[in-house]
Amino acid sequence: MSSLQTGVFLKQVSEDLFQILPPCRNHPSCLTDTSPVVPGADPARTQLCFEWGPAEMLLCETLFGRRGGERRGAPGGSAGPAPTGCGVAGGGDGAPGPSRVFVVRRDQDIYMETLRKLFNESHGIFVGLQRCEEERAARARNAQLVQVSKNYRSVIRACMEDMHQAAISARDSALHSQYSIQVSILSAMELIWNLCEILFVEAAPAGPLLLRLLDWVQLHICDVDNMVREVLGSENPSKHKLFWNVVDIFVLQGRMDEARHLLSKEAIANPTSMNMYKILDDLMKKMPVPSLGNTQTLTEMELKWQHWHEECQRYLQDGTFASNSHMESICKILLGDENAILEKKELMTTWYHFLVTRLLYSHPTVKPMELRFYAQSSMDMFLGEESNPEPLDTILMAAFEFELHQVIKECSVALSNWWFVAHLTDLLDHCKLLQSHNLYFGSNMREFLLLEYASGLFSHHSLWQLGVDYFDHCPEYGRVYLELHIERIPLNTEQKALKVLRICEQRQMHEQVRSICKIMAMKALRNNRLGSALSWSIRAKDAAFATLISDRFLKDYCERGYFSDLDLIDNLGPSMLLSDRLTFLGKYREFHRLYGEKRFSEAARLLLMLMTAHIAPCSFWMTLLTDALPLLEQKEVIFSAEQTYELMRCLEDLTARKLDKQKFQDDDVETMKVEMLRLALARNLARVIVKEGTLEGS
Amino acid sequence: MFVARSIAADHRDLIHDVSFDFHGRRMATCSSDQSVKVWDKSENGDWHCTASWKTHSGSVWRVTWAHPEFGQVLASCSFDRTAAVWEEIVGESNDKLRGQSHWVKRTTLVDSRTSVTDVKFAPKHMGLMLATCSADGVVRIYEAPDVMNLSQWSLQHEISCKLSCSCISWNPSSSRAHSPMIAVGSDDNSPNILAKVQIYEYNENTRKELTSSGGLTKFEIHIVAQFDNHNSQVWRVSWNITGTVLASSGDDGCVRLWKANYMDNWKCTGILKGNGSPVNGSSQQGIFNASLGSANTSLQNSLNGSSASRKQS
Repeated sequence: MSSLQTGVFLKQVSEDLFQILPPCRNHPSCLTDTSPVVPGADPARTQLCFEWGPAEMLLCETLFGRRGGERRGAPGGSAGPAPTGCGVAGGGDGAPGPSRVFVVRRDQDIYMETLRKLFNESHGIFVGLQRCEEERAARARNAQLVQVSKNYRSVIRACMEDMHQAAISARDSALHSQYSIQVSILSAMELIWNLCEILFVEAAPAGPLLLRLLDWVQLHICDVDNMVREVLGSENPSKHKLFWNVVDIFVLQGRMDEARHLLSKEAIANPTSMNMYKILDDLMKKMPVPSLGNTQTLTEMELKWQHWHEECQRYLQDGTFASNSHMESICKILLGDENAILEKKELMTTWYHFLVTRLLYSHPTVKPMELRFYAQSSMDMFLGEESNPEPLDTILMAAFEFELHQVIKECSVALSNWWFVAHLTDLLDHCKLLQSHNLYFGSNMREFLLLEYASGLFSHHSLWQLGVDYFDHCPEYGRVYLELHIERIPLNTEQKALKVLRICEQRQMHEQVRSICKIMAMKALRNNRLGSALSWSIRAKDAAFATLISDRFLKDYCERGYFSDLDLIDNLGPSMLLSDRLTFLGKYREFHRLYGEKRFSEAARLLLMLMTAHIAPCSFWMTLLTDALPLLEQKEVIFSAEQTYELMRCLEDLTARKLDKQKFQDDDVETMKVEMLRLALARNLARVIVKEGTLEGS
Repeated sequence: MFVARSIAADHRDLIHDVSFDFHGRRMATCSSDQSVKVWDKSENGDWHCTASWKTHSGSVWRVTWAHPEFGQVLASCSFDRTAAVWEEIVGESNDKLRGQSHWVKRTTLVDSRTSVTDVKFAPKHMGLMLATCSADGVVRIYEAPDVMNLSQWSLQHEISCKLSCSCISWNPSSSRAHSPMIAVGSDDNSPNILAKVQIYEYNENTRKELTSSGGLTKFEIHIVAQFDNHNSQVWRVSWNITGTVLASSGDDGCVRLWKANYMDNWKCTGILKGNGSPVNGSSQQGIFNASLGSANTSLQNSLNGSSASRKQS
C-alpha cells in the first residue's frame, strides 16, 4: 500500500475544480464525495475492494462475505461461517455476476499535459531561488524576491495565453470549455499571487501601496479594454452610448490622464459645458497622488490632499456641476462618496475594485494594516444581501487581513493542484514570513506542500525529474520521499534506468542503486540477455548474481562452443574481481584470446594458473585440460617439464575425485578423453625432457 | 477530482482481489471462476490482458506480486486449500507479437487443511518469503532459501491464531529498530471472541539449534498486540509505508488506526467512519492528524481500545 499517496487522498476529497463563479464547499468532508467516482456502483449489491498503486488506484466490485459458500461443484463448503452482514439478499447463484474493475486517477493528470510548460518553467525559477546567493542588504534582497515573484507570474500569464489559444482553436466544445475553465483558474491564480506579491513580498508601505493596488486592479479587469477600444475607435467618441461608462471607469481606476483626454472630446463636442469641464479637468489634474520616490512625505501628501478634497467639496456644494449629472457623479466620486461609487457597481464588477477605488478617493495614504477594515466593509457594501463569499473572495479577504496561513489554507482547499500553494509558500518562506509552524507532520508547512507537489509529479512519465529537485530542497523528509518514489519509477528502457541510477548515485542512495540494478539484471536474465544481466549485476555489486550469470556463460560455452557478449567479457577490467566465478570467466576468455593470437606460452601459463590457483571451479577442469590438448600437440614444445608435471597432477586429482563417484567409469567419452590426455602429457613430457636436457647451442 | 476508467475484466464470476505490481504497470485479478488474469499497461495508458489461466480448483481469494528483484512472480491462494507460486516465462517470439505471456506454476503449498484466505510476500529485505493464512486460524510462513529456485519453499513457522483469519499484512519497515512484524485480521463471527486484529513479531534472540526433528520454530513468535474493538468481522489490514501505523477495516463500516507508543503499547488512535464523521464518544480532533501516511503521528487520544502489552504466545 503506497501511503505516500494518502496525503493526496485526504486532500483530494475536498473539492471541485476551483471556479470563480460557483461556490465550492470548503470543509473537507473527507471520505464521501457526492459525485460518484464509480458510475453505476450500487452499495446495496456489491462492496468495493481497492488497491493503491504508485500513480493510480484500482477499485473492484466484490463481496467480502463470500468465504464459506462455493459455486458449482467445488469441494464442500463447511469452512467458515455463512456469509453474513454483506447486505446481499440471497447469495448463491442470484448474486451479482462478473465484477467490474476500475482504474482511478486524479484528473489533474489530464491537465499535466497542458500545464507542462508551467511546471517546467516554474521548476527553473524554484531551483534558482533555492540556489541564489542571498543579498545582504534588505532592500536588495527584497528586490530580488520581488523579481522572482514577477517571474512566476509571467510564467502563469504565458501559460494562460497558451491555454487561451488552445481554447480558441479547440473544435470540440467539451475541450473548449475545459480549456476555458483552466484559463479562468490561471487568471485567478495570477490575481491572488499578484496581491500576495504586493502585500507580502514587496510589503509595499503606505503610499506606494495604493499605487500598486491600482495597478493590480487595472491589470485584472479586462472587460474594460474592450469597451475602451470600442469607444475610442468610434467616429464620434463622445456620442457613443458607452462614452460615460468609459470615463467613469477611468476615474474609478484613477487613470486621470485618460479620463481627462476623453472629457476634452466631450467639451469640444459640447461647448456649453466648457466651463464645467474646465473646472473638473483642473480638479482631476491637481489631484494629489502618493509618489513612489522620496519626493514627499506622507504627511505632506495628506495635507495637500486635504486641501484638494475641500476644494472639490466647495465646487460640488456650489452646484457647479448641477446641470450635468455625469460630471456631478464624477465629482462625487472624487470626493469618495461611497454611494456614488457604488452606483457604478457594474463597471467595477468586484468588491475589491470597489475597495481600491474607495481607498483612492477617501484614504490614499492607507497603511497595510488598515486594509482589513476597509476590505471587510467594502465587501459587505458591495455584495449586500447576497453576501455569499466565494472561494476567491475568501482568499483575497484573508490576504487583505494579512492572515498568511489562512490564505494558504484556503488556496489548498480551493485548488485541485498543489502547484500554486507549494511555490507561493516557498517564496513566502524565503521572505521569512512563515513562522516555523510545526505540524503534526513533524516538519513545516513549506516542506509539506513541496512534498505533496513533488509526489504528484512522480506519476508522470517525464515530469518526475522535476520532482527530484523539489525533494532535494526539503531538508527533513525530502530524501526519504525521494528514496521511496524513485524505486517505483517503471524502468521501461535502459536509458530511463540509467537516468534514474545517475540520480541515485549522485545522492549516495546505495540501496536504491542496488535494487534497481538487481531488477534490471533479473529482467535481462529472464530474457536471456546474459551480457546485459552481467553488466547490471556488476553495477549492483551483486557478487552472488554475478556468479550465477558467469556460470550461465560458461554453461553456454560448453554447450555451444563459443562465448556470447565477448566485448563485455573482454573489457571487464577490475570489476572482474567482484566474484571468483566472474574472475574465472574473464581469465578464461583471456586464455582464448591469447591462443587466438598465437601467444601460446602465455596462454599455457594462464591455463595452468587457472587450475593451480583454484580460480577455476572443479567442474570446469576437464574442459580446461581438454583445452590444453591443442597446446600439447603443437610442433613446438610449449609446456615446460614442471608445467607438464603440474598438468599431470591436475589430471590425476580430477580422476581420483571422479573415481569416488563411480560415474566416471561408465562414461566412454570421458574415459577416452582421459586416455588421450595422458598420452599427450606423456609425449610432451618426453619431448620437453629431451629439450631441456640438451645443451644450448648443440 | 478523480476520474475512473472501467476495464472489461471478463472474469466469468465475482472478482475477489486486484493487485498492482511494484511499478504500477501490471495488474493481476483473481476470481471465483478459478482463474487469474494478468494485465499490462501499454505506453498510451490502456490495459491489455496478457495472460489468463486456471490456477486452482476453487475460488481464488487473493493474488499478490513479489518484488521485481525476484523476477515476475505471483502468488495466489484459494478455497481449494492451497496456495501457489507462479513465474512468468518469456515466451516464443510469436507469442510476444501477440502480446501474450505464459505463467508456470513453481510450487504448490498444501499444508493448509482449510480454505487459504490470504497470501502475501514479505518485504524484500527479508528475502524471498511469504505468509498464508487460513480459515482455521493458522498462519504459515514459508521461505525460498535460493531465490533463483522458486520450486523449493520450506515452511518456517506455523502460528495458530485461534480465530478464522481473513487477511494478513507484513510490516514493511526495514528499520533495525523493529523486528519483522505481521498483522492478522479475523472474520470470525462468534460474538464472544473479541480480538479481531493481532500483530505477531519475530524475535531472533531465542534461536535454537536445529534438532533432529527439524523444529519448525527456529524463531520465537510473540503476540505483540491484539485488538478487540471491531465488533464485527475484519476484512483487511494494512500498514503505512513506515510501518508505524496499522489500519484495519471491518464489517461495521469503520476503519481503525493502531499505533504503538515508545513503550511498545499498542492503542487505537483513530476511528474513521464511511461518511467522514468520527465515531461517537471518541475525542475527534486527532483523526486527520493521525494520517495514514504520517511518520511522526503523536498519539492523540487513547480511546476505548484495550491494548495488550507483550505476551508470550
